[in-house]
Amino acid sequence: MVVFKKPQSLSPVPTHYCPGCTHGIVHRLVAEAIDALGIEGQTIGVAPVGCSVFAYNYFECDMIQAAHGRAPAVATGVKRTNPDKIVFTYQGDGDLAAIGTAETVHATTRGENITIIFINNAIYGMTGGQMAPTTLPGQVTTTSPYGRNPMIQGNPIRVCEMLSTLDGLAFAQRVAVDTPAHVNQAKKAIQKAFQNQIDKKGLSIVEVLSTCPTNWGMSPTEALKWLRENMMPYYPLGVYKDIDAKEENK
Amino acid sequence: MNKVTFNTDLCKGCGLCVEACPKKIITLAADVLNKKGYHPACITDAEKCIACAMCATMCPDVVITVEKNV
Repeated sequence: MVVFKKPQSLSPVPTHYCPGCTHGIVHRLVAEAIDALGIEGQTIGVAPVGCSVFAYNYFECDMIQAAHGRAPAVATGVKRTNPDKIVFTYQGDGDLAAIGTAETVHATTRGENITIIFINNAIYGMTGGQMAPTTLPGQVTTTSPYGRNPMIQGNPIRVCEMLSTLDGLAFAQRVAVDTPAHVNQAKKAIQKAFQNQIDKKGLSIVEVLSTCPTNWGMSPTEALKWLRENMMPYYPLGVYKDIDAKEENK
Repeated sequence: MNKVTFNTDLCKGCGLCVEACPKKIITLAADVLNKKGYHPACITDAEKCIACAMCATMCPDVVITVEKNV
């Protein structure tokens, strides 16, 4: 009996990601969710700008590549013109939380019925390890060589907490992919985010704490440890909003 | 016996599966280079595999297929 194999919705090609980059894990989880819900033929993905710009090469569904940060705006258009399709965006922290903050916030507050997969690795990967809005205080990057100083460079943005104050949001959960248990938790969260869209509940976002071994200057296993020890205390895992839970409480 | 298959040409030798394996039976083959020039992951003692698929769960490159003998 096969207990684990490549999901059908994932293309059988090598990815361009660095060794140990957790983008690969999250790509697989998205593909597994698409397979599990049987929506491969009706799913349209929106790729961002950043390391995951080539996501369109790795999923077997239709994909569009949006201008930097504009994925939720493009997804809005795709979903409104094709309301029977399942539309998701796959965005990094530089894309979603910096140049695309306006699109993210307004797509959320409008309650667009889309799914956002948000990769938070606290750094800009593709451009060479610059400080991102999610870079931790004290974290060294190429543009904060003495460590991020909140007095000068401001404080990091906690995206799930920020968006959970908006009425259009149906579901927000922060997960991590540092251990097999957390990966399985992330898989459930991503599947729920897609199911919510099928059930027309509004915008669902899953924030995935990820690593960037290359730009953090660590081995892949050291990077997972750093994520656990530094990112998780600042970005606590958990469900930040779930409209189903609210209905149950009433 | 449980069966673990590695698609070695996709492997980037990151070692996340080595760390995840509860039986510690995965290693990076020091004397092998794959098409990409990495030392690919391989299993040392297949008899001890419990088919938990933790290695495959952590693999970012979908290198591993796990089959359980039932």
